[in-house]
Amino acid sequence: MRFDDISQAIGNTPLVGLPNLSPDGYEVYLKLEGHNPTGSVKDRVAKSLLEHARKDGSLVEGQRVMEPTSGNTGIALAALCRVLGHPLTCVMPENTSEERKQILQLYGAEIVYSPAEQGSNGSVLMARELADEDPDVFMPFQYGNPANPLAHYETTAPEIISDLPDVAAFVAGLGTGGTVTGAGKRLKQYDPSIKVYAAEPEYGDLVYGLRNLDEGYVPAVLDVDVLDSRIKVNSRKALTMTRRLAAEEGIFAGVSTGAALHVAIRVCKRLPAGSKVVALSPDGGWKYLSTGAYAPGDTNEIADAISGTLWA
Amino acid sequence: MPTVRIPTVLRKHTDGASKVDADGATVGEVFTSLIDEHPGLGEQLLDDGKVRGFINVYVEDEDIRYIDGLDSPVEPDDEIAIMPAVAGGA
Repeated sequence: MRFDDISQAIGNTPLVGLPNLSPDGYEVYLKLEGHNPTGSVKDRVAKSLLEHARKDGSLVEGQRVMEPTSGNTGIALAALCRVLGHPLTCVMPENTSEERKQILQLYGAEIVYSPAEQGSNGSVLMARELADEDPDVFMPFQYGNPANPLAHYETTAPEIISDLPDVAAFVAGLGTGGTVTGAGKRLKQYDPSIKVYAAEPEYGDLVYGLRNLDEGYVPAVLDVDVLDSRIKVNSRKALTMTRRLAAEEGIFAGVSTGAALHVAIRVCKRLPAGSKVVALSPDGGWKYLSTGAYAPGDTNEIADAISGTLWA
Repeated sequence: MPTVRIPTVLRKHTDGASKVDADGATVGEVFTSLIDEHPGLGEQLLDDGKVRGFINVYVEDEDIRYIDGLDSPVEPDDEIAIMPAVAGGA
Protein backbone atom coordinates (compact mmCIF):
# COMPACT_ATOMS: atom_id res chain seq x y z
CA MET A 1 0.00 0.00 0.00
CA ARG A 2 1.47 3.31 -1.06
CA PHE A 3 -0.08 6.70 -0.24
CA ASP A 4 0.74 10.29 -1.20
CA ASP A 5 0.08 11.71 2.28
CA ILE A 6 -1.24 10.67 5.68
CA SER A 7 -4.89 11.50 4.92
CA GLN A 8 -4.91 8.88 2.16
CA ALA A 9 -3.85 6.16 4.62
CA ILE A 10 -7.07 6.50 6.66
CA GLY A 11 -9.57 3.62 6.75
CA ASN A 12 -9.52 0.07 5.41
CA THR A 13 -8.83 -1.19 8.92
CA PRO A 14 -8.61 -4.90 9.80
CA LEU A 15 -11.72 -6.85 10.84
CA VAL A 16 -10.46 -9.50 13.24
CA GLY A 17 -12.29 -12.55 14.61
CA LEU A 18 -12.29 -13.39 18.32
CA PRO A 19 -12.23 -17.21 18.47
CA ASN A 20 -11.72 -17.33 22.25
CA LEU A 21 -14.15 -14.64 23.43
CA SER A 22 -17.05 -15.26 21.02
CA PRO A 23 -19.98 -17.03 22.76
CA ASP A 24 -20.54 -20.63 21.59
CA GLY A 25 -22.32 -20.66 18.26
CA TYR A 26 -21.62 -16.98 17.44
CA GLU A 27 -18.82 -15.12 15.71
CA VAL A 28 -17.78 -11.78 17.15
CA TYR A 29 -15.39 -9.61 15.13
CA LEU A 30 -13.59 -6.43 16.11
CA LYS A 31 -12.94 -3.66 13.62
CA LEU A 32 -9.56 -2.35 14.76
CA GLU A 33 -9.70 1.41 14.23
CA GLY A 34 -6.48 1.79 16.18
CA HIS A 35 -4.79 0.89 12.87
CA ASN A 36 -5.60 4.33 11.45
CA PRO A 37 -2.62 6.70 11.04
CA THR A 38 -3.07 8.60 14.32
CA GLY A 39 -4.35 5.52 16.09
CA SER A 40 -8.12 5.97 16.29
CA VAL A 41 -11.45 5.91 14.45
CA LYS A 42 -11.43 9.71 14.63
CA ASP A 43 -9.08 9.94 11.66
CA ARG A 44 -12.10 9.17 9.49
CA VAL A 45 -14.15 11.88 11.21
CA ALA A 46 -11.42 14.53 11.21
CA LYS A 47 -10.77 13.98 7.50
CA SER A 48 -14.47 14.28 6.69
CA LEU A 49 -14.98 17.38 8.89
CA LEU A 50 -12.03 19.21 7.32
CA GLU A 51 -12.72 18.16 3.74
CA HIS A 52 -16.38 19.22 3.87
CA ALA A 53 -15.52 22.56 5.51
CA ARG A 54 -12.80 23.35 2.97
CA LYS A 55 -15.09 22.38 0.13
CA ASP A 56 -18.03 24.55 1.22
CA GLY A 57 -15.76 27.49 2.10
CA SER A 58 -16.48 27.59 5.84
CA LEU A 59 -12.79 26.81 6.44
CA VAL A 60 -10.30 28.86 4.44
CA GLU A 61 -6.55 28.61 3.89
CA GLY A 62 -4.57 29.12 7.09
CA GLN A 63 -7.65 29.59 9.31
CA ARG A 64 -7.53 28.43 12.95
CA VAL A 65 -9.62 25.38 13.88
CA MET A 66 -11.06 24.90 17.38
CA GLU A 67 -12.79 21.77 18.67
CA PRO A 68 -14.04 20.28 21.96
CA THR A 69 -12.49 16.82 22.35
CA SER A 70 -11.44 14.33 24.99
CA GLY A 71 -8.45 13.36 22.86
CA ASN A 72 -8.92 11.20 19.77
CA THR A 73 -10.67 13.78 17.59
CA GLY A 74 -8.15 16.38 18.67
CA ILE A 75 -5.19 14.16 17.82
CA ALA A 76 -6.65 13.29 14.42
CA LEU A 77 -7.44 16.94 13.66
CA ALA A 78 -3.98 17.98 14.86
CA ALA A 79 -2.20 15.69 12.41
CA LEU A 80 -4.40 16.65 9.45
CA CYS A 81 -4.38 20.36 10.31
CA ARG A 82 -0.58 20.22 10.37
CA VAL A 83 -0.46 18.86 6.84
CA LEU A 84 -3.12 21.30 5.59
CA GLY A 85 -1.60 24.35 7.31
CA HIS A 86 -4.30 25.15 9.90
CA PRO A 87 -3.40 26.05 13.49
CA LEU A 88 -5.55 24.08 15.98
CA THR A 89 -6.94 24.70 19.46
CA CYS A 90 -8.38 21.72 21.38
CA VAL A 91 -10.68 22.25 24.33
CA MET A 92 -10.44 19.18 26.55
CA PRO A 93 -11.22 18.08 30.12
CA GLU A 94 -8.18 18.69 32.32
CA ASN A 95 -8.17 15.07 33.57
CA THR A 96 -7.35 13.52 30.17
CA SER A 97 -4.29 11.29 30.12
CA GLU A 98 -0.76 12.66 29.83
CA GLU A 99 -0.15 10.78 26.58
CA ARG A 100 -2.95 12.65 24.83
CA LYS A 101 -1.65 16.03 25.96
CA GLN A 102 1.88 15.21 24.79
CA ILE A 103 0.77 13.92 21.39
CA LEU A 104 -1.33 17.04 20.80
CA GLN A 105 1.53 19.31 21.79
CA LEU A 106 3.91 17.36 19.56
CA TYR A 107 1.59 18.03 16.62
CA GLY A 108 1.68 21.72 17.53
CA ALA A 109 -1.89 22.00 18.80
CA GLU A 110 -2.84 24.43 21.54
CA ILE A 111 -4.78 22.99 24.47
CA VAL A 112 -7.37 24.83 26.55
CA TYR A 113 -8.56 22.88 29.61
CA SER A 114 -12.14 22.66 30.78
CA PRO A 115 -13.00 21.59 34.36
CA ALA A 116 -12.60 17.84 34.98
CA GLU A 117 -15.85 17.59 36.92
CA GLN A 118 -17.88 18.79 33.93
CA GLY A 119 -16.62 16.00 31.64
CA SER A 120 -17.13 16.45 27.91
CA ASN A 121 -20.17 18.67 28.57
CA GLY A 122 -17.76 21.24 29.97
CA SER A 123 -15.52 21.09 26.89
CA VAL A 124 -18.49 21.53 24.58
CA LEU A 125 -19.73 24.56 26.54
CA MET A 126 -16.31 26.19 26.76
CA ALA A 127 -15.47 25.64 23.08
CA ARG A 128 -18.77 27.19 22.06
CA GLU A 129 -18.13 30.25 24.22
CA LEU A 130 -14.58 30.67 22.91
CA ALA A 131 -15.69 30.28 19.29
CA ASP A 132 -18.49 32.80 19.78
CA GLU A 133 -15.97 35.33 21.10
CA ASP A 134 -13.60 34.82 18.16
CA PRO A 135 -15.26 34.94 14.75
CA ASP A 136 -11.95 34.12 13.06
CA VAL A 137 -11.88 30.51 14.27
CA PHE A 138 -13.66 27.65 12.57
CA MET A 139 -15.27 25.05 14.83
CA PRO A 140 -16.10 21.79 13.02
CA PHE A 141 -18.17 20.70 16.07
CA GLN A 142 -18.23 16.94 15.76
CA TYR A 143 -21.28 16.68 18.07
CA GLY A 144 -23.46 18.54 15.57
CA ASN A 145 -21.78 18.24 12.17
CA PRO A 146 -23.37 15.83 9.63
CA ALA A 147 -19.89 15.26 8.15
CA ASN A 148 -19.17 13.17 11.27
CA PRO A 149 -21.79 10.42 10.74
CA LEU A 150 -21.21 10.75 6.99
CA ALA A 151 -17.63 9.53 7.44
CA HIS A 152 -19.00 6.26 8.86
CA TYR A 153 -21.79 6.08 6.28
CA GLU A 154 -19.30 6.44 3.44
CA THR A 155 -16.31 4.46 4.76
CA THR A 156 -16.74 2.43 7.99
CA ALA A 157 -19.96 0.62 7.05
CA PRO A 158 -19.04 -0.17 3.42
CA GLU A 159 -15.79 -1.74 4.66
CA ILE A 160 -17.74 -3.96 7.08
CA ILE A 161 -20.22 -4.98 4.36
CA SER A 162 -17.38 -5.82 2.01
CA ASP A 163 -15.47 -7.88 4.60
CA LEU A 164 -18.48 -9.58 6.21
CA PRO A 165 -21.50 -9.52 3.87
CA ASP A 166 -23.65 -11.57 6.28
CA VAL A 167 -23.08 -9.36 9.33
CA ALA A 168 -26.12 -9.61 11.66
CA ALA A 169 -25.37 -6.90 14.20
CA PHE A 170 -23.13 -3.89 14.74
CA VAL A 171 -22.04 -2.45 18.09
CA ALA A 172 -20.20 0.81 18.70
CA GLY A 173 -19.62 3.10 21.64
CA LEU A 174 -21.62 6.27 22.18
CA GLY A 175 -19.62 9.49 22.28
CA THR A 176 -20.96 11.90 19.70
CA GLY A 177 -23.23 9.19 18.29
CA GLY A 178 -21.59 9.60 14.87
CA THR A 179 -20.45 6.00 14.50
CA VAL A 180 -23.72 4.28 15.38
CA THR A 181 -25.76 6.81 13.39
CA GLY A 182 -23.69 6.85 10.20
CA ALA A 183 -22.59 3.22 10.04
CA GLY A 184 -25.97 2.06 11.40
CA LYS A 185 -27.92 3.85 8.65
CA ARG A 186 -25.75 2.42 5.91
CA LEU A 187 -25.91 -1.10 7.32
CA LYS A 188 -29.71 -0.95 7.60
CA GLN A 189 -30.03 0.32 4.04
CA TYR A 190 -27.95 -2.66 2.94
CA ASP A 191 -29.99 -5.12 5.03
CA PRO A 192 -32.84 -3.84 7.23
CA SER A 193 -32.56 -6.91 9.46
CA ILE A 194 -29.12 -5.86 10.74
CA LYS A 195 -29.32 -4.80 14.39
CA VAL A 196 -27.47 -1.75 15.68
CA TYR A 197 -26.54 -1.41 19.34
CA ALA A 198 -24.89 1.46 21.21
CA ALA A 199 -22.56 0.80 24.13
CA GLU A 200 -22.85 3.78 26.43
CA PRO A 201 -20.08 4.42 28.95
CA GLU A 202 -21.32 4.91 32.48
CA TYR A 203 -19.28 7.91 33.52
CA GLY A 204 -18.21 8.62 37.08
CA ASP A 205 -20.49 10.42 39.52
CA LEU A 206 -18.51 13.61 38.95
CA VAL A 207 -19.49 13.87 35.31
CA TYR A 208 -23.15 13.38 36.20
CA GLY A 209 -22.89 16.03 38.89
CA LEU A 210 -24.57 18.67 36.77
CA ARG A 211 -26.28 21.45 38.64
CA ASN A 212 -29.66 20.55 37.22
CA LEU A 213 -31.09 18.19 34.66
CA ASP A 214 -31.80 20.95 32.16
CA GLU A 215 -28.04 21.13 31.55
CA GLY A 216 -28.15 17.64 30.02
CA TYR A 217 -26.89 17.21 26.50
CA VAL A 218 -27.93 15.03 23.59
CA PRO A 219 -25.62 15.39 20.55
CA ALA A 220 -27.42 16.57 17.43
CA VAL A 221 -25.71 13.97 15.23
CA LEU A 222 -27.14 11.06 17.24
CA ASP A 223 -30.20 9.55 15.54
CA VAL A 224 -31.76 7.44 18.30
CA ASP A 225 -34.12 5.80 15.79
CA VAL A 226 -31.25 3.95 14.11
CA LEU A 227 -30.58 2.05 17.33
CA ASP A 228 -32.18 -1.24 18.31
CA SER A 229 -30.98 -0.72 21.84
CA ARG A 230 -28.65 1.31 23.95
CA ILE A 231 -26.85 -0.48 26.77
CA LYS A 232 -24.76 1.19 29.42
CA VAL A 233 -21.51 -0.35 30.56
CA ASN A 234 -19.79 0.56 33.81
CA SER A 235 -16.04 0.92 34.20
CA ARG A 236 -15.65 -2.50 35.89
CA LYS A 237 -17.32 -4.39 33.04
CA ALA A 238 -15.53 -2.38 30.35
CA LEU A 239 -12.11 -2.79 31.94
CA THR A 240 -12.67 -6.51 32.61
CA MET A 241 -13.43 -7.12 28.94
CA THR A 242 -10.57 -4.88 27.78
CA ARG A 243 -8.10 -6.88 29.86
CA ARG A 244 -9.57 -10.22 28.76
CA LEU A 245 -9.19 -9.10 25.15
CA ALA A 246 -5.47 -8.69 25.65
CA ALA A 247 -5.09 -11.88 27.68
CA GLU A 248 -7.22 -14.17 25.52
CA GLU A 249 -7.10 -12.70 22.02
CA GLY A 250 -3.79 -10.83 22.01
CA ILE A 251 -5.45 -7.50 21.23
CA PHE A 252 -4.38 -4.42 23.22
CA ALA A 253 -7.20 -1.91 23.04
CA GLY A 254 -8.63 1.12 24.82
CA VAL A 255 -11.38 0.78 27.41
CA SER A 256 -14.17 1.84 25.02
CA THR A 257 -13.37 -1.30 23.05
CA GLY A 258 -14.07 -3.37 26.15
CA ALA A 259 -17.44 -1.62 26.51
CA ALA A 260 -18.43 -2.34 22.88
CA LEU A 261 -17.26 -5.93 23.16
CA HIS A 262 -19.18 -6.42 26.41
CA VAL A 263 -22.37 -5.35 24.61
CA ALA A 264 -21.57 -7.47 21.53
CA ILE A 265 -21.30 -10.58 23.70
CA ARG A 266 -24.43 -9.65 25.67
CA VAL A 267 -26.63 -9.26 22.57
CA CYS A 268 -25.52 -12.51 20.89
CA LYS A 269 -28.25 -14.51 22.63
CA ARG A 270 -30.89 -12.24 21.05
CA LEU A 271 -29.69 -13.17 17.58
CA PRO A 272 -30.16 -16.41 15.61
CA ALA A 273 -27.51 -19.07 16.27
CA GLY A 274 -24.54 -18.64 13.96
CA SER A 275 -24.91 -14.86 13.76
CA LYS A 276 -21.89 -12.70 13.07
CA VAL A 277 -21.50 -9.56 15.16
CA VAL A 278 -19.11 -6.67 14.51
CA ALA A 279 -17.96 -4.47 17.41
CA LEU A 280 -15.99 -1.35 16.63
CA SER A 281 -12.73 -0.88 18.52
CA PRO A 282 -12.15 2.90 18.45
CA ASP A 283 -8.50 2.79 19.50
CA GLY A 284 -5.60 0.86 20.96
CA GLY A 285 -4.55 1.00 24.59
CA TRP A 286 -1.33 2.97 24.20
CA LYS A 287 -2.70 6.40 25.08
CA TYR A 288 -4.14 5.10 28.38
CA LEU A 289 -1.11 3.34 29.86
CA SER A 290 -0.46 6.18 32.31
CA THR A 291 -3.98 5.85 33.76
CA GLY A 292 -3.02 2.49 35.30
CA ALA A 293 -5.84 0.68 33.48
CA TYR A 294 -3.49 -2.11 32.40
CA ALA A 295 -1.37 -2.39 35.54
CA PRO A 296 -1.18 -5.73 37.35
CA GLY A 297 -3.74 -6.17 40.12
CA ASP A 298 -7.43 -6.71 40.79
CA THR A 299 -9.47 -5.42 37.84
CA ASN A 300 -12.41 -4.19 39.94
CA GLU A 301 -10.16 -2.33 42.34
CA ILE A 302 -8.31 -0.70 39.45
CA ALA A 303 -11.59 0.23 37.74
CA ASP A 304 -12.93 1.81 40.93
CA ALA A 305 -9.69 3.67 41.59
CA ILE A 306 -9.48 5.27 38.14
CA SER A 307 -13.18 5.56 37.22
CA GLY A 308 -12.79 9.36 37.24
CA THR A 309 -10.25 9.32 34.41
CA LEU A 310 -11.16 6.09 32.65
CA TRP A 311 -13.54 7.61 30.12
CA ALA A 312 -12.07 11.11 30.13
CA MET B 1 -37.81 -5.14 45.71
CA PRO B 2 -36.20 -3.31 42.74
CA THR B 3 -33.46 -0.78 43.49
CA VAL B 4 -33.34 2.66 41.90
CA ARG B 5 -30.01 4.46 41.48
CA ILE B 6 -30.34 8.18 42.01
CA PRO B 7 -27.90 10.56 40.25
CA THR B 8 -25.97 13.09 42.36
CA VAL B 9 -28.06 15.97 41.07
CA LEU B 10 -31.30 14.44 42.44
CA ARG B 11 -30.04 13.20 45.81
CA LYS B 12 -31.26 16.31 47.57
CA HIS B 13 -34.73 14.79 47.09
CA THR B 14 -33.74 11.43 48.65
CA ASP B 15 -31.96 12.73 51.77
CA GLY B 16 -28.66 12.08 50.03
CA ALA B 17 -29.36 8.40 49.28
CA SER B 18 -27.73 7.11 46.08
CA LYS B 19 -29.84 3.94 46.02
CA VAL B 20 -33.48 3.63 46.99
CA ASP B 21 -35.78 0.58 47.04
CA ALA B 22 -39.15 1.06 45.35
CA ASP B 23 -41.79 -1.53 44.54
CA GLY B 24 -43.48 -2.12 41.20
CA ALA B 25 -43.70 -4.50 38.27
CA THR B 26 -43.03 -1.83 35.62
CA VAL B 27 -40.76 1.22 35.51
CA GLY B 28 -43.86 3.43 35.74
CA GLU B 29 -45.08 1.61 38.88
CA VAL B 30 -41.62 1.82 40.46
CA PHE B 31 -41.52 5.56 39.70
CA THR B 32 -44.96 6.01 41.30
CA SER B 33 -43.75 4.31 44.52
CA LEU B 34 -40.54 6.31 44.38
CA ILE B 35 -42.34 9.63 43.98
CA ASP B 36 -44.83 8.73 46.77
CA GLU B 37 -41.86 8.26 49.08
CA HIS B 38 -39.82 11.22 47.73
CA PRO B 39 -42.31 13.75 46.30
CA GLY B 40 -39.55 16.16 45.22
CA LEU B 41 -38.57 13.71 42.49
CA GLY B 42 -41.93 13.99 40.73
CA GLU B 43 -41.36 17.03 38.55
CA GLN B 44 -37.66 16.16 38.15
CA LEU B 45 -38.39 12.78 36.53
CA LEU B 46 -41.67 13.21 34.72
CA ASP B 47 -43.25 15.83 32.53
CA ASP B 48 -46.88 15.26 31.58
CA GLY B 49 -46.58 11.56 32.47
CA LYS B 50 -43.47 11.05 30.34
CA VAL B 51 -39.79 10.75 31.25
CA ARG B 52 -38.18 14.17 30.86
CA GLY B 53 -35.92 14.82 27.87
CA PHE B 54 -32.45 15.04 29.38
CA ILE B 55 -32.89 11.91 31.52
CA ASN B 56 -32.00 8.37 30.51
CA VAL B 57 -33.57 5.48 32.42
CA TYR B 58 -32.12 1.97 32.32
CA VAL B 59 -33.38 -1.39 33.57
CA GLU B 60 -30.45 -3.75 34.08
CA ASP B 61 -28.33 -1.38 31.93
CA GLU B 62 -30.82 -1.31 29.01
CA ASP B 63 -32.33 2.05 27.96
CA ILE B 64 -36.11 1.79 28.51
CA ARG B 65 -36.79 3.68 25.26
CA TYR B 66 -35.84 0.45 23.48
CA ILE B 67 -37.84 -1.82 25.80
CA ASP B 68 -41.32 -0.45 26.46
CA GLY B 69 -40.78 2.97 28.00
CA LEU B 70 -42.50 3.38 31.38
CA ASP B 71 -44.30 0.08 30.72
CA SER B 72 -40.99 -1.82 30.65
CA PRO B 73 -41.21 -4.80 33.01
CA VAL B 74 -39.12 -4.86 36.17
CA GLU B 75 -38.12 -8.01 38.10
CA PRO B 76 -37.87 -7.86 41.91
CA ASP B 77 -34.06 -7.95 41.92
CA ASP B 78 -33.59 -5.55 38.96
CA GLU B 79 -31.64 -2.32 39.18
CA ILE B 80 -33.17 0.77 37.61
CA ALA B 81 -30.68 3.56 36.93
CA ILE B 82 -31.57 7.20 36.32
CA MET B 83 -28.81 9.14 34.53
CA PRO B 84 -28.63 12.68 33.19
CA ALA B 85 -27.85 12.86 29.44
CA VAL B 86 -24.25 14.02 28.98
CA ALA B 87 -21.91 14.56 26.04
CA GLY B 88 -19.70 11.51 25.50
CA GLY B 89 -15.95 11.59 25.10
CA ALA B 90 -14.82 11.96 21.50
